[in-house]
Amino acid sequence: MKKLAYLGPIAVVLGVVFITSAATKAPVRVLEMVAPEQVNDDLQAAVAEVDGHLRRRWEDVGLIPSKSTDELTVLRRLSLALHGTIPSLEEIRLFEQDTRADRLLHWTAGMLEDPRFFDYFAERLARSFVGVEQGQFLLFRRDRFLHWLSEELKSHTPYDEIVRQMITGEGVWTGEGEVNFLTSGYADGEFDPNKLAARSVRAFLGQRIDCAQCHDHPFDHWKQSEFEGLAAHFGKISINPLAGVFDNPKETFTVEDRLTLEEREVSPEVPFSPEWQGETKASRERLANWITHTDNQRFERAIANRVWGLLFGTPYVMHRPVDDLPDPDPETDDLLDILGRDFRAHGCDLRRLIQVIAASDVYRLSSANPLDDGADESAQQLELARDRWAVFPLIRLRPEQVIGAMLQANNVHTIDQNSHLITRTLRFFRERDFVDEFGDPGVDELQERSGTIPQALLRMNGKFAGELTEANPFGAPGRINLSASTPEKVIETAYLMTLTRRPQEEEVAFFREWIDTEQRAKGIEDLFWTLFNSPEFSWNH
Amino acid sequence: MIHNPSFQTLMHSLTRRDVLKVVVGTGLTFLLPSLEGKAVEKRGAERPKSLITLWMGGGPSQLETWDPHPQSSVASGVRAIPTRLPGLEIAELFPRTAEQIHHLSVIRSMVSKEGDHERGTYYVQTGYRPDPTVVHPAMTAVISKWLNNDELEIPQHVALASGDGFVVPRGGYLGAEHDAFRIYDPGNNIHNMRPRVDDERQSRRLEGLEVLSRQFRQGRPGQVRETMHEQMIQRALTMMSSDQLKAFEIDSETEETKKKYGDSRFGRGCLVARRLVEQGVRAIQVTLQGFDTHANNLEGHRSQAEILDPAFSALIEDLVERDLLDSTIVLCIGEFGRTPWLNPLDGRDHWPVGFSCVVGGGGLRSGLVIGETSPDRAFEEKEKRVTESSPPKDPVSVPDLYATILTQMGVDPTEEIFTPIGRPIRLSEGSPLTRLVPNLA
Repeated sequence: MKKLAYLGPIAVVLGVVFITSAATKAPVRVLEMVAPEQVNDDLQAAVAEVDGHLRRRWEDVGLIPSKSTDELTVLRRLSLALHGTIPSLEEIRLFEQDTRADRLLHWTAGMLEDPRFFDYFAERLARSFVGVEQGQFLLFRRDRFLHWLSEELKSHTPYDEIVRQMITGEGVWTGEGEVNFLTSGYADGEFDPNKLAARSVRAFLGQRIDCAQCHDHPFDHWKQSEFEGLAAHFGKISINPLAGVFDNPKETFTVEDRLTLEEREVSPEVPFSPEWQGETKASRERLANWITHTDNQRFERAIANRVWGLLFGTPYVMHRPVDDLPDPDPETDDLLDILGRDFRAHGCDLRRLIQVIAASDVYRLSSANPLDDGADESAQQLELARDRWAVFPLIRLRPEQVIGAMLQANNVHTIDQNSHLITRTLRFFRERDFVDEFGDPGVDELQERSGTIPQALLRMNGKFAGELTEANPFGAPGRINLSASTPEKVIETAYLMTLTRRPQEEEVAFFREWIDTEQRAKGIEDLFWTLFNSPEFSWNH
Repeated sequence: MIHNPSFQTLMHSLTRRDVLKVVVGTGLTFLLPSLEGKAVEKRGAERPKSLITLWMGGGPSQLETWDPHPQSSVASGVRAIPTRLPGLEIAELFPRTAEQIHHLSVIRSMVSKEGDHERGTYYVQTGYRPDPTVVHPAMTAVISKWLNNDELEIPQHVALASGDGFVVPRGGYLGAEHDAFRIYDPGNNIHNMRPRVDDERQSRRLEGLEVLSRQFRQGRPGQVRETMHEQMIQRALTMMSSDQLKAFEIDSETEETKKKYGDSRFGRGCLVARRLVEQGVRAIQVTLQGFDTHANNLEGHRSQAEILDPAFSALIEDLVERDLLDSTIVLCIGEFGRTPWLNPLDGRDHWPVGFSCVVGGGGLRSGLVIGETSPDRAFEEKEKRVTESSPPKDPVSVPDLYATILTQMGVDPTEEIFTPIGRPIRLSEGSPLTRLVPNLA
């Protein structure tokens, strides 16, 4: 009897877990929820303008763009960009059942209403707004900020309004999530307006004025005085435990003069177009007006470049940090101007911006291109094609995408808020641990970087690689093993789940003998391992 | 930022050259005959230099380590003991280190401007304050890149007994490939270094990988080559099968040796660090977390010292015995020190102005005690902002410390490198402490 005494408590725990997870489990989704019947049908004009612009850039230098890739590959790209994971087998099946000619448009619209999008995009944008640090103890709550941003995305708040709320926020940071944008300016118990000024210009206007904090910018036109004037907008911020963040009229913003070492007071100024600040007296409101003003092109160019970067893995203006754009050129329109204008004309709607990019020809180009024949002679031409977006770039997945994709590939069903609580909890911890070990690029996540040996070791030999390829009854490899499928079907399923494509004949021919044996489970494990470690899995293509 | 197109071209070519360098480097590693035996045999000052940083995570109290002030009006009760270095007294918690510390020097006047763990760690590991426009490389990353050892098949930059994510030294703008290779529990397992299946399955997995790679290369051979995905796997496999991996193992060490270092993650880390130095690894960090004693400072430091004292002293003793100290700089430092007075919880809070570090070996002058703090004066100025309180006598900045170490290791601290966005940054903005570097004095 004594031996069984522990069964009681375990049964209670299991019961509670079962009941709570059953209660939180929403009804099974149907196709309509994934891809709505109605989609924006006025995308056409904007998409045509984007296509036309890029086509001219290709024709100017006689470039022949890549062919269009297949729709499943586009679905994979979208899923990685918007949800940080690859399509589940369940989604692939639903997608293939969808017979509408423009099904990708419907699916894009559907993915943008999925809670996975709110949370995933909130985290991506938050990195530019508040960074990745945990910040000042007690004064900064990154989780509250994320929750707020996710809710704003969910409720379709226009982007300019989101930015305005962050800059003008007031109140307690635990209650008002957006206020954490301001309290992220605290370090070592002191509030630093410079930090917020620098961050605002980088995140909202896509330019780096930070260097002007100490000296006039060596390459651009920013002056130290301009930086100080911007920072002064945050100079009245005070904090008290009851009211939270508020502007204290008695506070002044002073800086130490680098030459005389004397403190001098600086009043809020903007570097250009002061008329955009509006009539209000409140300095943060004036700054918000100025940053989001309809004539401030930097604002829409910055977000267009960032959203492009999140969709393609690298910003539209290549080889530069996403928040280091050249000044807008008043003479000619570039693609960011075109995207930005449409974004403004549609109420700073982030979904619209994403849909226009996702529906354009360039987003559906193949990453294979005849210019890429491996020969040195064509290398220069290929470089040109890449610079002009005539070929879809091969971009390394970010760590959260790698583990997100691996976890999804281990499940037949979609992992989302409908998933079992245990699945979601497991996903949360596994993702966190993996990203930590893989190395989180933090705020610079859109910068090009090389892979590392420890990452290769982690993918090959790590705990996750072991768990997620293991043929146990809880994961996909095990379930496929238990199914009565033919070896061909097993291989096809594994390919769809990991690479979102069907295998080629020669691939089936090679892997067939791994599966068609007594040791089928081991064969399936090895197949999943091989798929997870392939370049195709780790590189967005 | 870079408007000049030719400048941009230069940056492009630099990146490509870097890529090429790695590729060539890879090739060489495979082709060169193993010279490892000779490198291991070489001893004394002739040996290429290495750096071992003992990272005291959380910020150790200078008073309960290398700068006790038992006579001070704010003393907490820890007594001072003499060391083998005449005139130097350290906290009584370190009797074994007292026997070895004369091989090194003590700096009691380290100053920093960062009083937060994450920012302070960044500053003390890189020599630069956090800057949103650029991520600086840790000094250990700089050393592992500049003194790169071509004969190594194991990582050039290793973090042992690593703690919080931000305590692991990073490559910053030098690239993620210069991040430290992390071993969480040194001596007990080599992380991710063993295949999860037997040889037969492993080799068929690799064959399968080639089938998939071939498929993926179609239509994009040049781009796939540039990803270096296969090279990374190849290099990982080389590492997995390398004999040099034995440097991470401590099974072959005697029980006596293991006992001397102490059976803790940190102790085993120090032992592995010594083995890595023998193998030719140039930059190693061993982390001991747990110095953040906001409450019960003395108790906290007593238990930390039980780990640190045997490990630190055994490491120095071993390096001396094996004639490796002349080629190995050892630096024991944390992100800051702790307030000279106790708070109401008998704890000490963060204190970046006047904390201690121990540094020596690698040919640096030994037996020096630099700087002097005054807990009493600090207490008088308690109401001031920490950064505005009077600095210690003879203050030493972190950049100065790193300029010293770089210089001694044969790397010019004034060398400028271009960050990925084309900004020139010096390896260190400090000036070497001439007192410590024999060739400069």
